[in-house]
Amino acid sequence: MSQTVPVRLYVNGDRHDIDIEPRRTLADALRDDCGLTGTHLGCEHGVCGACTILVDGKPVRACLMFAVQAEGTSIRTVEGLAPDDQQLHPVQRAFWEKHGLQCGFCTPGFLMLVAGQLEEKPETDEEEMRDVLSSNLCRCTGYQNILKASMAAAEEMSG
Amino acid sequence: MIGARALRLEDPVLLRGAGRYAADTYHAGELHMRVVRSPVAHGRVRAVDVADALRLDGVVAAWTYDDVADLPAIGFRLTPREELLPYRQPVLARGVVRYVGEPVAVVFATSAYLAEDAAERVVVEIDQLPAHIDPDADPVAWVDAEQATWAAGLGTPLPEQDSEATRFVTEYGDVEAAFATGAGRIIELDAVIGRHTGVPMECRGLVAHYVEADQELVIDGAAKVPFWNRDAIADVTGLAPSQVVVRETHVGGGFGPRGELYPEDVLVALAAMRLRAPVKWIEDRQEHLLATNHSRGQHHRLRALVEEDGFIRALDATFTLDQGAYVRTHGATVGSLTSSMLPGPYVIPNFRVEAHVRLTHKTPHGTYRSPGRYEGTFARERLVDKIAAELGLGREQVRRRNFIAVEDMPYERPIQAMGTSMVHDSGDYRLLLDKMSEGYDFPGIRAEVAARRAAGEAVGFGFGYFVEKSGIGPVEGARISVDTRGRVSVTCGASSVGQGVDTVLAQVAAETLGIPHDEIRVVRGRTDRFGYGRGAFATRLSVMAGSAVANAAAALRDKAVRVAAHELKVSVEELELADGAVRLVADPGRGLSLAEIARLLEPVCAVEIKEDPGLDADGWFRSDHMTYPYGLHAAVVRLDRGTGQTVVERYLVGYDVGRALNPTLVEGQIAGGVAQGLGGALYEEFLYADDGTPLCTTFMDYLIPTAHEVPPIEILITEDAPSPINPLGVKGAGEGGVTAVAAAIASAVDDALQRPGAITSVPIRPQAVHDLAARATGSRATG
Repeated sequence: MSQTVPVRLYVNGDRHDIDIEPRRTLADALRDDCGLTGTHLGCEHGVCGACTILVDGKPVRACLMFAVQAEGTSIRTVEGLAPDDQQLHPVQRAFWEKHGLQCGFCTPGFLMLVAGQLEEKPETDEEEMRDVLSSNLCRCTGYQNILKASMAAAEEMSG
Repeated sequence: MIGARALRLEDPVLLRGAGRYAADTYHAGELHMRVVRSPVAHGRVRAVDVADALRLDGVVAAWTYDDVADLPAIGFRLTPREELLPYRQPVLARGVVRYVGEPVAVVFATSAYLAEDAAERVVVEIDQLPAHIDPDADPVAWVDAEQATWAAGLGTPLPEQDSEATRFVTEYGDVEAAFATGAGRIIELDAVIGRHTGVPMECRGLVAHYVEADQELVIDGAAKVPFWNRDAIADVTGLAPSQVVVRETHVGGGFGPRGELYPEDVLVALAAMRLRAPVKWIEDRQEHLLATNHSRGQHHRLRALVEEDGFIRALDATFTLDQGAYVRTHGATVGSLTSSMLPGPYVIPNFRVEAHVRLTHKTPHGTYRSPGRYEGTFARERLVDKIAAELGLGREQVRRRNFIAVEDMPYERPIQAMGTSMVHDSGDYRLLLDKMSEGYDFPGIRAEVAARRAAGEAVGFGFGYFVEKSGIGPVEGARISVDTRGRVSVTCGASSVGQGVDTVLAQVAAETLGIPHDEIRVVRGRTDRFGYGRGAFATRLSVMAGSAVANAAAALRDKAVRVAAHELKVSVEELELADGAVRLVADPGRGLSLAEIARLLEPVCAVEIKEDPGLDADGWFRSDHMTYPYGLHAAVVRLDRGTGQTVVERYLVGYDVGRALNPTLVEGQIAGGVAQGLGGALYEEFLYADDGTPLCTTFMDYLIPTAHEVPPIEILITEDAPSPINPLGVKGAGEGGVTAVAAAIASAVDDALQRPGAITSVPIRPQAVHDLAARATGSRATG
């Protein structure tokens, strides 16, 4: 069971060649083998969405996917969201300005969920956005500021 | 700066995924710990065999109780009543298991996956015994004399103990005499609060590493109370407290359970010492729901003596608290707070409450945001609604009749709360009710729901009033330092569980120093950077650490002005600190920047001017009393008679915090609290089968509200009653968002059903609403 296989992952435009057990989840591979600890694990059974990342542009629970299944895909994590060290992605900026985070643990998952949604559909309306946001859990904010931030980002990204 | 809606200092790091939570600390050569847990609620451990686990390559060690038999039971941090000592938890099960999830053995391996494999190979043989899961049932034998004597650790033999760990009475006035007069009406009420808990999004975790070169045990991933845990870990490992460094890094939510000292924390620290390797333990969610403190779970029985105008002459109450299998670090805190806060905003001249803390074969119990007040507020406000209904009075009217009057503030209630004498420091309870009623047009809301009911909808309006407490002492400190480049740091013993304490403390410092808050660095939660800190609990930091920072900033200002006066050869009265520089009031062009003053205080220069080196200053704040914020929650709900679903259409909160240091953060605390309160009112509950098997061990059966279930929350923050007992006038905002949610929702559901007193327990399940709606007949005016 400790036999490893070589896996090549493309994350935020970087190539990671790692040797891992086939049973290793994508979330663990990103965190432990690629050193990208911004992807957080809140439940490991696919409910909370803290580990949401983008695989080929689609939001995915990194805890429900094996790393070997991600070979050949393009992965984006929270570390790849901002264009550089000086600027934030519109979704990140909106979360800051609208107080859309408190402890910050669920935040990377929400950011990737919303970024994925808005990059695919910038004109998402509030009702649909609430539906989208209901796929992840936050225990600090009560969600309203997350919704406000997401709509502010939508306005900026569609404008 | 104080009172500004300043952006949070914490966010840029967190938004980039650059935070460091417990699982984000890595060391070369680290070992991973996995706990083997009891699969049964009650049983005698016949054998624990780790041989098969140890045969796996990469498994370094496996321990059972015999390996930790020299460790004492986990101690109490708060409310340490002596009679509770026999109920303390051993680090690993000691012959008997008492809840599903109790640590029985522990394995250490070179990877987390391998550690899980190894844990599955540990063979645990248990002779199952009957489980006792109903705290309302008569107490049963709980621990035998040997276990009681061992767990108490008093050095004297104790007899067998039963499952009622403690029973205590809190009272003032003369309840019996009041009831004996025969005057007035007796109104009784039963109120049940389900078992639920904080459930932060980050599970627990800890990484311990003994650094041989420094002779220090470094522990990352702590939360809430790092200083207390440092001392406890020093005791267990035999190190001096100064050799143990505890750092909280980032914390993914607290809410009460997170950060207390648990068996797993002791095991991680001990293993790092014994195995001489870094040891990492990260709890998974199923473990969290089985092993981290549960809370609530109380059954109240209230009996009130009421006059015809609604005045409550006497209240006689009892409640049982479902303590679960052991008494952990919180001691009797929740029962004690339930008792002392039960009267809330009302006079109630004669009061008596009897607490029964009872053990059951369930996960042990501790605090969860607004401990004792969520429960007590539900019970008391249900009672007040019932009084209004039975006397034919308005629900607001009865509350107004009973409020402590503003003229009577500060108001001493002759009982203790968290070991302090209870003095409502300030408050105008009527004014807040007036402001809410007028600001949100309660009469208009009532008319609207009545019209909708007349048209056939099941909608209702309800509310609950409450008093919170915050700012428990005894003391907190802070140091403000300015380096020779002029950069300002606040270093303190405060902790952050994600609430934004860095931002608020920076704002307090910025107010005095006259610089932007985001130019200030805040260092906290590390036992190697500051000497003392009581922790992030009981909504204490804005009051305690905030006041300490205010005092430190004032001391720093005085020092800077003194040094500048010396250098500029003027008197201190001629100078002022503004915009990060000390300037002549009469000639603002002349002055010294803080950086220049810091350079004047480099050691050689400082000695010459007879000052202590360095531009820094300490501030301390001591408080013997708590401060008491207060608020009102109101809700409009719509019931689906077909499915029994309760939809919360509107949620209103009025809260007086004395002074809002950052209104955006206050609103954030309130909104988050309401969401948790809605969970407890409508969705969340840890259920158990008759044999003590937990039925809610994943997020598919323990239901946390999502964005769909939480409506927009309308918040009115008032500053009508600043606290007279701290220099900022502030009262804490951390818990008032949750306190009255169950009370307000129940009141609104009653109204929607037009059946006063229909709801006597939370969570309010769809089945119950469905059944009540089916029985509801007729229509009455909203009172």
